[in-house]
Amino acid sequence: MTVSILIFLPVIAALAVLLFKNDAAKHAALTFSVAELAVALFFLSKFVPNASVQFGIDAPWIPKFGIYFSAGIDGISMMMVLLTTILVPLIILTTYKHQYKNAGAFYALVLFMQAGLLLVFTALDGFLFYVGWEAALIPIYFICSLWGGENRIKVTLKFFIYTFSGSLFMLLGIIYLYLQTPAKTFDIFEFYKLGLDAHHQAFVFWAFFLAFAIKMPLFPLHTWQPDTYTEAPSAGTMLLAGIMLKMGIYGVIRWMIPNAPLGFFDWESMCIMLAVIGIGYASIIAFKQNDGKRLVAYSSIAHVGLIAAGIFVWTIEGLQGAMIQMLSHGINVVGMFFIWDIISRRLGTRSISDLGGIAKTAPKFAIAFLIIVLGTVALPLTNGFIGEFLLLSSVFQWNVWMVSAAGLTMIFGAVYMLRMYKTVMHGPTNELTVTFTDISGSETLVLSIICALIIIMGVYPQPILHISEASVTHLFNVVYPKFPQLK
Amino acid sequence: MNTLIIISVLPLVLLYLGLYKAQKALLPVTVIGLLAALGFAVAEWNSSAVPIYSGMMLFDNFSIAFSAITIISTILIIFLSRGYFEKISNHIAEYYAIILFSLAGIIVMVSFYNLTMLFIGIEIMSVSLYILAGIKKSDFASNEAALKYFLMGAFSTGFLLFGVALIYGATGSFSLETIRDWVLDHPHAKDITPMFYTGVLLIIVGLCFKVGAAPFHFWTPDVYEGSPTLITAFMSTVVKTAGFAAFLRLFSACFAPLSDFWVPVLLVITIVTLFIGNITALYQHSFKRMLAFSSISHAGYLLFAIVALGANSGSSVLTYATAYSIASIIAFGALILVQQQQGSDSFESFNGLAKKNPFLALVLTIAMLSLAGIPLTAGFIGKFYMFSSALMQMQVWLVVLAVVNAIISIFYYFRVIVAMYFRDAERTELVVPVYYKLVLGFSAIVTILIGVYPSLISRFF
Repeated sequence: MTVSILIFLPVIAALAVLLFKNDAAKHAALTFSVAELAVALFFLSKFVPNASVQFGIDAPWIPKFGIYFSAGIDGISMMMVLLTTILVPLIILTTYKHQYKNAGAFYALVLFMQAGLLLVFTALDGFLFYVGWEAALIPIYFICSLWGGENRIKVTLKFFIYTFSGSLFMLLGIIYLYLQTPAKTFDIFEFYKLGLDAHHQAFVFWAFFLAFAIKMPLFPLHTWQPDTYTEAPSAGTMLLAGIMLKMGIYGVIRWMIPNAPLGFFDWESMCIMLAVIGIGYASIIAFKQNDGKRLVAYSSIAHVGLIAAGIFVWTIEGLQGAMIQMLSHGINVVGMFFIWDIISRRLGTRSISDLGGIAKTAPKFAIAFLIIVLGTVALPLTNGFIGEFLLLSSVFQWNVWMVSAAGLTMIFGAVYMLRMYKTVMHGPTNELTVTFTDISGSETLVLSIICALIIIMGVYPQPILHISEASVTHLFNVVYPKFPQLK
Repeated sequence: MNTLIIISVLPLVLLYLGLYKAQKALLPVTVIGLLAALGFAVAEWNSSAVPIYSGMMLFDNFSIAFSAITIISTILIIFLSRGYFEKISNHIAEYYAIILFSLAGIIVMVSFYNLTMLFIGIEIMSVSLYILAGIKKSDFASNEAALKYFLMGAFSTGFLLFGVALIYGATGSFSLETIRDWVLDHPHAKDITPMFYTGVLLIIVGLCFKVGAAPFHFWTPDVYEGSPTLITAFMSTVVKTAGFAAFLRLFSACFAPLSDFWVPVLLVITIVTLFIGNITALYQHSFKRMLAFSSISHAGYLLFAIVALGANSGSSVLTYATAYSIASIIAFGALILVQQQQGSDSFESFNGLAKKNPFLALVLTIAMLSLAGIPLTAGFIGKFYMFSSALMQMQVWLVVLAVVNAIISIFYYFRVIVAMYFRDAERTELVVPVYYKLVLGFSAIVTILIGVYPSLISRFF
């Protein structure tokens, strides 16, 4: 059993789903993605939580250039694989009440994107990583621009060009590292061993930083994000916010900081500043939003900013916090976007001020919405809490003012989230919201799974933390001694 | 060397077939002849080649690889020409014959071992192209194209010939071997006479004209636009590949030790070519003209291999040229069909193509992604090789500028994709003939195959 099964199953599934039409395509896509989840869970059951790379594959691809199809799963990758394989079936399930034209193509693109994402999260070869990175981008571009809203053409092209530019610079960084290795290889562990000086590492750092900062996105490179999230079809938004932006965070952990620790160290303060500014900036804008989907998009920038800040400080708490928070954020944000998808599909509007009193007509929906909001604002005993706690404690070790700024804006976040909930769900109903029918069928299923995950992960996060702990500690110990002075 | 003989004799056979009105036989005979030539070329693979014809030519692996790719591209274009030339005029045999004469010149260009052969090869190719560009006798644009091409081409050949003469004056020989030895005998820059340096510069000017690199590119857009579309396809794929093969062969064989002298010159040419090609392509309304300018920018990427001359240059140029050629053949093939149906070659005429004919839209998308250099297509592998070789020579800034250009190119390549998939038009059926389906489908599959498994092609050097 190697990781190649995990990577190629969605590709085969994508080709197979192309043959189906309408509802049959939905069912086929769901079946395949559940099968993929089963494979991932099987890997999890065989996974030994130590720092080693497991289920590895290492086959020559372009041997002349030292390029190998080399992939494997360690604790960090395992978390990302879980995130992807849990969310994709959920996202497919959220589309059950939609009728997409050319459904076969739609679900094929979703599954193809899953293959790209899994390749990114398991690749141990720089070239392979880059190929996966782009292989995830092309399908989401087509998903957003074929099935998106009115302004989609302009917005998605902006998104594509933004991310593609970043990734081309990353490609330069990867080729540069490759040329420095004595054996001329793209192997990541050979990259780790390189002892470049700070000047050259700065170049590598910037090459990677541009790609990852655009993907996350980090202030001030976030401008593609709210528009794209708003224009994309809701499944596309969930894929983007739930999984795709984690590619950037994962890249920072696995590729940027370990490959250019000295280069990163020189710019560490800038990175943390940008992350914290991003938290504040996005929170303030989110406060002013009236469009529910945009509000969630901005709050997502704020959450990712905190994850980024926690990683940039480079402590074990921060990294572990980031790992679990990526999983939680993925689940919560998919839930949040699904909530808004349900509202806009029923009522034809996402404008918060037009809504009110939905809780009276749809009690089940109200409970699910509340749990997801609480998870998003990181109430203790929900899944958001442990991650944010670890991340804040990591930023605390860097600078007490930074953590106060970040922490205050988190409170700010709780205010606008709860205010949104209050306006939408409570108060008097109007003639629009009185028609709101409660959730049923696939909607209930998705929301119950999400709520269950929020509560289970919140009450007992230890097994999940345990998956990545050894690998995170190992990576930390590889990189930390390379920093020029101990903090 | 049977390849060259076959390709030279084949046009004569075709002219006779035309004389006896055997129109139906033209296409099969051409294709069979070319396949035979290809077979003979491949059969000589890895046989230790020695210079032949009194040291005039050398049919080594480099020549075989480039002969093969140019012959294959020609076959694809010939397939597309079925039913195309009949619409333009009655003398179909002449088209086939002249294309093949041009190909004979190209075979000489990729296997020359003496500067006179380089010149003769370029002339055989160019004179044929002048005729092909103007072959729509009654069409104003076609006449303009032919005249412009002829004047500019003759002018640039003059530069080339002058350069060759100066090199001869300095070294006393046309033979690549002797010139290389002469360069190696004069290791100090001050030993080399200004005559030689001037010769090198003039040869660069002449060759840049031929491959359409800025600032010697002015003929390209008008000639590409005015010529019949299939001839444009031939010029921008086969001819360009041959031009770069000749460029690379000459510089890697003779002038490599002098790279300190000519690299800065070519560096400037490369950067200017990239920017002019890309930025001008942005402003085009016609798909055909956009392809013309994008071909200029691809010339810029191909120049990377010469600027960063190294052991892998040959395989980089081969991969890039192959990727670019097959993607361009798809683009021009699709353009011919759309033009026939819509009567226009603007971007708007591609609107809603995905609904009219999903197959055509899909292959054209693959071609555009490949030209833009997106992973899992051949174009990405080409760009990857080019970037790697340039970084290997520590040309970091050149690569950064190239990345900026790759980003610019997204705008105009994606305009086509956006038009095809996201814009609506009246739904009229667009029928793709079987031959087109074969050629376009084959090219698209090759594009993906090379993108997924590049060793298919790059292992040859």
